[in-house]
Amino acid sequence: MANIQQEISGFLPEATFVEGAILEVAVPDAKWHELALYLRDKLHFDYLVSIVGMDWGETMGCIYYLTSTADNSQVSVKVETSDRENPLLHTVSDLWKSAYLYEREVYDFYGIRFINHPDMRRLFLRNDWVGYPLRKDYNADPALNPIRLEHEAVDDVTHAIVETEDGKLEERTNTIFSPEEFVVNIGPQHPATHGVLRLRTSLDGEIVKKVDVYCGYIHRGIEKLCESLTYPQTLHFADRLDYMSAQQNRHAVCLCIEDALQIEVPMRAQYIRTIMDELMRISSHLLFWSTFCMDLGGTTAFFYGFRDREKILDIFEETCGARMTFNYYTIGGLMADLHPDFQRKVKEFCAYLPAKLKEYHTLFTGNVIAQQRMKGVGLLSREDAISYGIAGPSGRASGWACDVRKNHPYALYDKVEFNEVVRTEGDVFARYMVRLDEILESIHIIEQLIDNIPEGDYAVKMKPIIKLPEGRYFRQVEASRGPLGIFIESHGDKNPYRLKINSACLPLVAGLDPMCRGGKIADLIAIGGSLDYVIPDMDR
Amino acid sequence: MFDFSIVTHWIDNLLRSVMPGWGALLVEFVLIGVVLLLLYAVLALFYIYFERKVCAFFQCRLGPNRVGPYGIIQSVADMFKILIKELISLNHIDKFLFNLAPYLVIVASMLAFGCLPFGRGLQVIDFNIGVFFLIAVSSIGVLGILLAGWSSHNKFTLIGALRSGAQMVSYELSIGFSVLTMVVFAGTMSITGIVEAQANGWFIFTGHIPAIVAFLIYLVAGTAETNRGPFDLPEAESELTAGYHTEYSGIHFGFFYLAEYLNLFIVAGVASLLFLGGWMPLHIPGWESFNAIMDYIPSVIWFFGKAVLISFVIIWFKWTFPRLRIDQLLKLEWKYLLPLNLVNLFIMVLIVIFGLHF
Amino acid sequence: MEVKIKSMKYEDFKDNEYIEHLIAELKAAHTNVVVGCLDELINWGRSNSLWPLTFATSCCGIEFMSLGAARYDMARFGFEVARASPRQADFVMVAGTIVHRMAPVLKRLYDQLAEPKYVVAAGGCAVSGGPFRNSYHVLKGVEEILPVDVYIPGCPPRPEAMFYGLMQLQRKVKVEKFFGGVNRQEKREKVFGK
Repeated sequence: MANIQQEISGFLPEATFVEGAILEVAVPDAKWHELALYLRDKLHFDYLVSIVGMDWGETMGCIYYLTSTADNSQVSVKVETSDRENPLLHTVSDLWKSAYLYEREVYDFYGIRFINHPDMRRLFLRNDWVGYPLRKDYNADPALNPIRLEHEAVDDVTHAIVETEDGKLEERTNTIFSPEEFVVNIGPQHPATHGVLRLRTSLDGEIVKKVDVYCGYIHRGIEKLCESLTYPQTLHFADRLDYMSAQQNRHAVCLCIEDALQIEVPMRAQYIRTIMDELMRISSHLLFWSTFCMDLGGTTAFFYGFRDREKILDIFEETCGARMTFNYYTIGGLMADLHPDFQRKVKEFCAYLPAKLKEYHTLFTGNVIAQQRMKGVGLLSREDAISYGIAGPSGRASGWACDVRKNHPYALYDKVEFNEVVRTEGDVFARYMVRLDEILESIHIIEQLIDNIPEGDYAVKMKPIIKLPEGRYFRQVEASRGPLGIFIESHGDKNPYRLKINSACLPLVAGLDPMCRGGKIADLIAIGGSLDYVIPDMDR
Repeated sequence: MFDFSIVTHWIDNLLRSVMPGWGALLVEFVLIGVVLLLLYAVLALFYIYFERKVCAFFQCRLGPNRVGPYGIIQSVADMFKILIKELISLNHIDKFLFNLAPYLVIVASMLAFGCLPFGRGLQVIDFNIGVFFLIAVSSIGVLGILLAGWSSHNKFTLIGALRSGAQMVSYELSIGFSVLTMVVFAGTMSITGIVEAQANGWFIFTGHIPAIVAFLIYLVAGTAETNRGPFDLPEAESELTAGYHTEYSGIHFGFFYLAEYLNLFIVAGVASLLFLGGWMPLHIPGWESFNAIMDYIPSVIWFFGKAVLISFVIIWFKWTFPRLRIDQLLKLEWKYLLPLNLVNLFIMVLIVIFGLHF
Repeated sequence: MEVKIKSMKYEDFKDNEYIEHLIAELKAAHTNVVVGCLDELINWGRSNSLWPLTFATSCCGIEFMSLGAARYDMARFGFEVARASPRQADFVMVAGTIVHRMAPVLKRLYDQLAEPKYVVAAGGCAVSGGPFRNSYHVLKGVEEILPVDVYIPGCPPRPEAMFYGLMQLQRKVKVEKFFGGVNRQEKREKVFGK
C-alpha cells in the first residue's frame, strides 16, 4: 500500500492521503482526470467498483473505489467541490465505462454535474422531479413532488457540459434517438424484463440498433431512509434489495458494521452464515435457470426450477421463519440458532440436487434449439466486462476471475476448498453454464461445512444502540449476481451519515447496449435473461 | 362399419318430401352450420382443457381441478368469462380491419372444417379437389393475423404480425409439398378417395420412407402453421407481450385463442387424414379377424382418436422445446425442410411410377 | 345465501360480514329470477376464470411466480392463464412497491384492463408502503391511485396467503350484480369522482 502511495505522490505531489483498510487519496478536481488515467494505465486500477456521491455540508463530492484486477489491491479517491449551487466535477466515464451510469446516479441524487459526460439525464427519478433527494438540505415536502399520474416527457435529447480545448465550459445537446427511428418500449411492464426495467430499443426490422436503459421504476430511496435509522434498523433493507441474495446482502451490511466495530463473530455463526450464503446462491441460480429458460420459451423448465427451489425455501423457513425476507443475520452473529433438522435436510438436499442438475442439462442445455439460441450470442470481452464493471457470474463467463470469495475472502471462504468457475467464451451460453456449475461448487462448499458446525454461541451480545467510530467503511461480498458493496460513512452517531449500496446489477444493464447491438429482439431477451439482473437491487 | 351417409340421406329425403328442393337445401345449410358451430365450440372447450391438463402433467402440477370434477368444466367458465368481457374500443386504429381480423381467423378455420372427414360419410362437402381446398382456406388465417397486427397501431403487434407473415408464407410451402407428396402417392385429391385408398394399410405404412419423411415434415410445418411453440414467435410472450393480438380484448381475443386450438385440431386432422387413414380403422392385410374387430370401433372414434393423438404430440413439442429465433426459423424452412421436401417428392414420384410401393 | 368456495368452509373465512353486506345489497335490489339466475351463472364463470396480469415489481412478484409454479399451482383454481397484455387480463395483482415513477404506468395498465377488472394489493408495500413508507419516492399504498378490491398483507405474503386473498376475490365476484348495475360502484366514485 505504501508503494501505491509513493507512486501517486510521485505523480501528483498535491494529493493527500488517509490510511485505513483502503487507502484514500484526496485530489483536487482539476487534476482528477489526469490521475485517473495514470491509475488506470500505469497502476492497473482498471475496475471502477463504485462512485459514492457525498454531501458533507459545506462541500459535495464523490468517492471513487478502484480495484486492480492484477493483484486485487484497492484504492479510493476523494474529489470535492465547494460550489453547492452549481457543483461540477470532471467525468471519468471515458476511462471506465461503468462510470457512465454511476455518474448519472450521482447527478440524480446530488445534482453534481459531470463535465464531458455525454448524457446528464436523471437515472432513477422522473425528469421533472424537483430537488436532489440525497442532499442533506433536500426539501421533502410532498407538495413539491406529488404523485404525478401523467407520463413524464420523453427525453430523446440530453444535455452535456463540454470542456473546450481552451478550458471553457459549454452546454451541448446530444441526441439519443432521432425522430425517424423505430423506437420500441420494452418495459416497464414486460414479461421479459424481470421486473420493471424499461428498455427503449431502436429497431431496424428485427435487428436491435440501440438500447437505452431507464431505471428507477422501483427506486425506493433506501439509502436516504437509512440515514435516519439506527444501524440494526438498516439491516432489514438489505433483504429487500436483491431478494434473491437476501442472505448475502445482509451479510455485507453486517460485515461492514462488524468491521467498523472490530467485533469477532463466533465461529458457529461464521459456519452458518457461509452455508446460508451458499444455499441462497443455489436458490438464486435455480431461479435464474427457471426464468432464463422461460425467456427462451422453454416453459416447463420454469416449473422444474421452482420445484427444486421450494426445497431450499423449506430449509430456510424452518430456521429463519420466512420464505423470502429472512432477517436472519444480525450485527455480531445470527438472530436465532439453527433448527434441529437443518443439517439433515441440507445433506438430503445436497444429495438430491446433482441428479436434478443432470436432468436440467438433458432437458434444456443439450437441446439443439437452446444451444443455437445461446452460443455466440451477446459476446462480452474480458476488457469490456472489467470496464463496464460486469462482475459476478456474468463477468466470470467472460474470463474475468472476479470472485470476491477468492479475492477478498470473508467468513469461511478462505478455509473451504472450491473452484472459481471461469469460462472464456463470454456469450450467453457461458453465462448460463457458469451459473449451473456454480451450483455444484456451492454444494461442494456446503458439504465441507455442514458436518463440522462447531457448538457455541451463535451471536455476540450487542447493545441495542450501536455507534460506529468515525470513518469510512467499504465491504464487499459475493452476492448471487456479483459483488455487493456496502459503503458507510459514520460521523460517530447512532445512525449512518451516508450508507451507499453498490449494487451488483446496475453495471449489468450498462453493458446491455453494446451486447445487444446488431442482435435480434430475441437475442436481447436472451442476453437480458443471461445477465440475470434483479431490478430492485439496481434501483434500490 | 356404420356409414353416416345413411343418416344424412334420410334427413335429406325427409326434408325433400315436405318442402321444395331449394327449401330443403336451405334447411340443410342452416343445420350443418349449427352442427359445425356446436362441434367447433365443443372441440375448442375440450382442447383448452386437454392442453392445460397435459401441460400440467408435464410440469408436475395438477392443472385445473376445482371447477367441476377434475376441473372438466374449467373451459366453460372461461367461456362465460370471456363472453362478457368488455370490448375495448381504441383510438387511432383502423376500426374496420381491427374488427374484421378475428373473424377472418375464425372463418378460415371453420371453412377447413367443411371438408374434414369426421367419419364414414360424415363430411360436409366432398369434391374432387378437397385437399386443394383445404390448403387454400387454411391460408386465409394468416391474413387475419396480418390485419390484426397492422390495424392495432402498436409496435409489438406489428412486429408479431410481420413475423407471422414471414413464418406462414414459408411453412405453407412445406405443408404444400408434403401434402403433394401424399397426393402423388394416393393419385387423387378427393378426400374420400384418399381415405378409401388407405383401406388396406395407412399411407405411413405403405408409403415407404418418403411417407414417413413427409409426415415428419408435415408435423414440423404444421406446428409452425398453428403458431405454437417452438414456433410461437408471432405471439412470443417473453418478447412481444402477446404478439399480434396484444390489443384485443374480450371475445375478439377469445376468437384468436379458440382459433389457435382449432387450427391445432385441423392440422392434426389433416395429418391423420393423409398419413394415418382418416377414419379408416387399422387394417393389417391377412389378419382378417383382427380387421373385423377393428371395424367394430366406430369411424368417428378412429378419426378423433388419431387427431387427438397427433395434437398430443404437438402439445408435447410446445412444452418441451424453447423458442426459435426468427432467422433460425426461416433458415430451418428454406435451407433444410424445403430441399428435403423436394427430394422427397421426387423419390415419391419415382416410387409411384415404378410401382415400388406395397 | 352462502357464498361457496370449493374446499374451504364458510366459517373459515374472515370478513364474512363484508360479503353478507354485499349480499344484503343485492337482495335489496329485488332482481327478478331470470336475471338473478343469469347473474349467478355468469358470476360462476367469472369467479372461476380470473386471469392475472403478469405484473410484479419486487419480492412479492417472486412469490407470485411461486404461486404459479409446481407446488402451489394456481391453475387449479383457473387462474392459470397469466396474460402479459392488460387487455386480456381480469385482475392486476399489485405485487411489490409502487414508486412515483411507476405510478402513471400502473394507472395506465389499470385503465387498459377490460371491464370487469379488479385490483389485488399484495404485500405490505402495495397495502400501505410497508417498510418504505417514509421514503420520498414511494406511494403509501396503491389505493392512492387505484381502487383496491382485496388486500393481502405480508412481506411478502406467503403463497397460501395469496390464495386466501384470491379466494376472497372469488367470493366478491360471486356476489356481484353483473346485470343492472355493479355493486362496487361506490368505491369507484370515491376514487375517480362521478
